Amino acid sequence: MNVVEMHGIYKYFGSFCANKNIEFTLKQGEVHALLGENGAGKSTLMNILYGLYGHDEGHILINGEEVHMSSPSVAIQHGIGMVHQHFMLIPQLTVTQNIFLGMDKETGIVLHLKELEKRVKELNDRFGFNVEPQSLIWQIPVGVQQKVEILKVLMRNAKILILDEPTAVLTPHEVEELFTSIRMLADSGYSIILITHKMSEVMTYTDRVTVMRLGEVIGTVDVKDTTEQELAHMMVGRDVHLERQLQPQEPGKPLLELSDLHVNNDKGLPAVDGISFSVHAGEIVGIAGVDGNGQLELGEAIVGGRKIESGDVRLEGGSVSKSSIRRHLDMGLAHIPDDRLTKGLVLQFPIKQNLIMGSQRKEPFAHGLMSDNKAISKHGEKLVHDFDIRPHDPEYLAGGLSGGNQQKVILAREVSRDPKVMLAIQPTRGLDIGAIEFVRSKLVEERSKGKAVLLISTDLDEIRSLSDRILVMHGGQVMGEVGPDVAVDDLGLMMAGKRLDDMKAEAAGTVEGGAEG
Amino acid sequence: MDQLSSFLAATIRMAIPLLIAALGLLVSERSGLMNIGVEGTMLSGAFAAFSVAYYTNNYWLGMLAGMLAGCFMTLVFAVAAIKFRAPQVVIGCAINMLGSGFTAVLFRKMFFDAQTGGTQVKSFPSLQIPGLSSVPLLGETFFSHNIIVYIGILMVPAIWFLMNRTSIGTRIIAVGEHPKAADSLGINVFVTRYAAALFSGLLMGMAGAYLAIAQSNTFQVDMTGGKGYIAMAVVVLGKWRALGVLAGALIFGGANALQMTLQNAGLNIPNNLILMVPYIVTVLAVLAACKQKAIDASAKGVPYEKA
Repeated sequence: MNVVEMHGIYKYFGSFCANKNIEFTLKQGEVHALLGENGAGKSTLMNILYGLYGHDEGHILINGEEVHMSSPSVAIQHGIGMVHQHFMLIPQLTVTQNIFLGMDKETGIVLHLKELEKRVKELNDRFGFNVEPQSLIWQIPVGVQQKVEILKVLMRNAKILILDEPTAVLTPHEVEELFTSIRMLADSGYSIILITHKMSEVMTYTDRVTVMRLGEVIGTVDVKDTTEQELAHMMVGRDVHLERQLQPQEPGKPLLELSDLHVNNDKGLPAVDGISFSVHAGEIVGIAGVDGNGQLELGEAIVGGRKIESGDVRLEGGSVSKSSIRRHLDMGLAHIPDDRLTKGLVLQFPIKQNLIMGSQRKEPFAHGLMSDNKAISKHGEKLVHDFDIRPHDPEYLAGGLSGGNQQKVILAREVSRDPKVMLAIQPTRGLDIGAIEFVRSKLVEERSKGKAVLLISTDLDEIRSLSDRILVMHGGQVMGEVGPDVAVDDLGLMMAGKRLDDMKAEAAGTVEGGAEG
Repeated sequence: MDQLSSFLAATIRMAIPLLIAALGLLVSERSGLMNIGVEGTMLSGAFAAFSVAYYTNNYWLGMLAGMLAGCFMTLVFAVAAIKFRAPQVVIGCAINMLGSGFTAVLFRKMFFDAQTGGTQVKSFPSLQIPGLSSVPLLGETFFSHNIIVYIGILMVPAIWFLMNRTSIGTRIIAVGEHPKAADSLGINVFVTRYAAALFSGLLMGMAGAYLAIAQSNTFQVDMTGGKGYIAMAVVVLGKWRALGVLAGALIFGGANALQMTLQNAGLNIPNNLILMVPYIVTVLAVLAACKQKAIDASAKGVPYEKA
């Protein structure tokens, strides 16, 4: 039975058509993926279903009955619940207080916390969620916060759940747990829509998938009848290559060396706690880890933007641990920062100005104190074409570009400085699949040119497909070094704080035990 | 013994206006409104309380007028901050100047008497709680105050209960912490913030009224003397919790009482230095408090705009 049917949906923002003649159906008890790139119109469609946006044409049937979705409260009445990508939880309140927030009709003014906690616990037990009802939100990990969001929706009697990119912030283990719960919900009659752009999730965990591109539905297929390649093709409209493309290559001499590095975070607490490694010419070293385990501070320390408490950073053998950022750049460091909007670009500047930042006082862009506008424009013109930055207009403001093109500006700037060491932090975060492919291929190109590339990313697929060696960080320390062929489960354990040495020792222990038995 | 109990009693008397104003400010700040206009709001409350008490000869009506005046000042603040999304620090400053200016003008116009220097009103009498008030030390310290003191103390558990055990409290915290999340759950961010602002005005006005018609029996130009600012420090020191605010208010009340005791003791210290004691304590206490983690609202001072 179809619990949701959307027919002929059109949605315009001004003259821009965000959803064009959409047909979408959701069957009871299925996990249905809505797959597409950024801007494909998936979120718009789901916001229409949840009553956040009105639609211009078409109609929506819930359980066979036509419904006018004028606001989220109408959607909630019809049993639709949405878990937003950015959590809507109040950190200072408990799990129970969050779940019942705004439900005054049920709770009354005075909260009988014991009773409410009991209700949370019952719901918990029904779906194996294992959330402590009395915990404060800021004290529990994101994986558990996600479950609180789902409980919140379930407590409001939703039967149709929309999950918007639910795995973006989870560890592999948490992803596994989340989908176990989702499957349990589907088996007990709930219907789930999963908005995502991760094909591996679609293939492993869902029943059907609807692919969207540029505001249109390209097709709906059963997951068992399709392949990742086919889905990627539907999504982008051409074949894409995200698989590993590293040619075997002998690494050269070490270009970036860290020894016993200690760095504090903004609160003055240790964030990087004694890290040593080196990156050689012609190799990509990946740093994996859950967000917030010191990777960001590590990156900032390497660039010179954060004070180093003790230890040393060397570029081509020369210590830079006390040098300015400018000195780092002069010594041959290039840097793709984690946040392109606040750290990578000046949004109010045109593309061409952004393309010379860091070299603005050097020939040919400046002669003494005077900057050379002609040279800057020429440089901009060239890079805009070389890197296919759209629009092909060096005068265009960086703030008006799409995320992918903004990232290309940064990449073009850093690559064109011909650095020796390239530090890339979350270089593809929030980009769509075509842009991801482009950024990754450029990093691989730098490697084959003999640059040393350090890649810090929370995206495990990215780390595994780009790295020659992988270091896993947890709590400011390196849990171990592995090759790109490492099992995801092992990576997950290390990301959760297990040391590789301990894992090896345990494995050896079981083998020995088995031999004796 | 006598000196000790009168010092403790003075501590409580001095702490009460800080306590009441700070409890109001706590609710306002947790809803996301950073109202630095406490001083001006208290002054308005004090003046309204004094004038109504003078004309009606009834201190209860005076108290009511003081609370309403406070409410009016925070309404001005709230409209500017919520509806017009003006910078809250600037509006707060304006409220302070407004409160100080118009109370001074009106007071001089309406009441100032060159011969006596001031006009006096009937103020809240102290209530000797039968039996308890004659217990040595404790009696004078705790059981022989005016009724507003007891109301102020009772407000500590009341505010705690409101913030932690009612859906109103969780709403206030939600709009101060993550207004968008609150909105997504059908909570009206604007209404909640207006309500919090008006409620805080009632308490700030009450604190001002206390100064005029409970702690003393007259109005003086700028009689709050920085107590509104100290109340802001008390909220920081109390880490946005009712019980913490009580402790903070007692520390400052103590500093004030100490200042008075030292003056009376006739020590050979310049008076000006002694008068500085409460303010130095403010600076030191806030510095100490800032070192520790607190639960200040994340969206404080940030106007909410619906998408």
